[in-house]
Amino acid sequence: MVRPSIEELQEKAKVVRRHIIHMLAKAGSGHPGGSLSATDLIVALYYGKLRHNPKNPKWPDRDRFVLSKGHGCPAWYAVLAEQGYFPVSELDTLRQFGSRLQGHPDMKRTPGVEMSSGSLGQGLSVGLGMALAARIDKKDYRVYVMLGDGETEEGQVWEAAMAAGHYKVDNLCAILDNNGLQIDGPINDVMSPLPIPDKWRAFQWHAIEINGHNMKEILEAYDRAETLKGKPTIIIAKTIKGKGVSFMEGHVDWHGKAPNKEEAEKALAELA
Amino acid sequence: MSVQTTALKMVATREAYGQALLELGEKCKDIVVLDADLAKSTTTIKFGKKFPDRFFDMGIAEANMMNTAAGLATCGKVPFVSTFSIFATGRAWEQIRNTISYSGLNVKIVATHGGVAVGADGCSHQCIEDFALMRAIPTMTVIEPCDAVESKKAVIAAYHRPGPVYIRLGRSPVPVITEEKDPFEIGKAVYLREGKDVSIVACGAMVVLALKAAESLSSQGIEATVIDMHTLKPIDKEALREAARRTGAIVTAEQHVLEGGLGSAVALVLAQEHPVPLEVVGIDNRFGQSGDPETLFKEYHLTPEDIFQAALRAFNRK
Repeated sequence: MVRPSIEELQEKAKVVRRHIIHMLAKAGSGHPGGSLSATDLIVALYYGKLRHNPKNPKWPDRDRFVLSKGHGCPAWYAVLAEQGYFPVSELDTLRQFGSRLQGHPDMKRTPGVEMSSGSLGQGLSVGLGMALAARIDKKDYRVYVMLGDGETEEGQVWEAAMAAGHYKVDNLCAILDNNGLQIDGPINDVMSPLPIPDKWRAFQWHAIEINGHNMKEILEAYDRAETLKGKPTIIIAKTIKGKGVSFMEGHVDWHGKAPNKEEAEKALAELA
Repeated sequence: MSVQTTALKMVATREAYGQALLELGEKCKDIVVLDADLAKSTTTIKFGKKFPDRFFDMGIAEANMMNTAAGLATCGKVPFVSTFSIFATGRAWEQIRNTISYSGLNVKIVATHGGVAVGADGCSHQCIEDFALMRAIPTMTVIEPCDAVESKKAVIAAYHRPGPVYIRLGRSPVPVITEEKDPFEIGKAVYLREGKDVSIVACGAMVVLALKAAESLSSQGIEATVIDMHTLKPIDKEALREAARRTGAIVTAEQHVLEGGLGSAVALVLAQEHPVPLEVVGIDNRFGQSGDPETLFKEYHLTPEDIFQAALRAFNRK
């Protein structure tokens, strides 16, 4: 894979953010906040790191990506469409009856979607299973799982963290979209998962802390995670919920509310 | 056809599971086994010792175990996941529903310690709700074999059936009433006894008790058909229609609460397709408790005498 320049990745992220606004405005529902916070991380992964082939989504040796915070799927769908897994025009069908783009990810319907999700807390366990399958088959593919920070309040995340640490699954890389907000408010007020890096290290993980909107830092973290052996790695990416749209940034109200026509136009103007 | 009900060999269905995995594991390299710190009890330890690279003890963490199996299945593995049925179907229900079944993943959930026959461990370990929990999930296959011989066949059949399958096995030894040569097909009921007056439809450890009840009925001049309904979902509708048509009265028998189990499944078919008098033997709105299996079967009205009385009631309602 020829890795695009930082500028190209930033431009691609802007395209994806515009898709997200279009899709959600058209659908009339969905989750802009967590889609926009995750955008740079997903763009950098698909354009700069992941070993995959949109023409052969089931290629056995591909790297896997699981979006455990499934409500962020508009960002994933937009990246998959831009990569050629399905037509960009299909993004307009998000959340509609009969669409391949369900409200939450559905592996049976959507090319490129590795695992259905939406019920929080389950994806890291799935990623662990994929990583163990690679070990059994002596394959070198890597598995990436994106988690929300509020999502780590689910006990199952820590069951999975303990098991991945125990089995020293170093082909597993978790990416934490640490935007600091969940539906009922700031994560520290609702149910604090702090201190985040210490917890993961205590579960026998490597932890890397980065700015999740800095393409250079993101790519360096993906590269470094690959070199860290003997333990799984978590990339704790500090992000801003609603990133890229001024009136959405840092506002929890935009967790699960679609922009209306005027709001969408305003957002798109900022993302031009 | 008649099946002997005395002086039978006693084997727990879970023992057959461990043996079946050992044999399957040799030929089928895609089988992976996961357990949650109960590998000795579920008997998966046998597989674990022979194929350590394909066995994962996931610790006491059933939710994670189910979804780890889901991940393995997406990579072409056929995971067999085992723990006690209450923890598999209760603790990890939503993982089975949302991540395994919704995606049609090829995960086999083989859970032991179903029913009150678990005995002394008491209510917390006696799963009497698993049929309802698993039947409610669209596309799930639900099986309870009647003995060790049938259990082995069920495990092999589950391996060959694409998609999620739930098999309930028991802790305590039960009489072996079927033979190696008897055919076994998922979704196809087995006739163990033919009689014209009433049909007893049973699953698991209740099947042999149904045969005993049929012998008592016979001594009273009532001839019963006994059907081993090992597959609760998809249930053999044709067998039920045929039994209703030929005998005109049906009794069900299961080690499960009356809501959502075999009786409910049979009632759903009969009420819509061939209504006849139906009596259900099962656990009526109660939790289990400690005790030996025989005492518990009496306490919860799961004995051959209870089936016999239910059959008389059904027969007399014709």
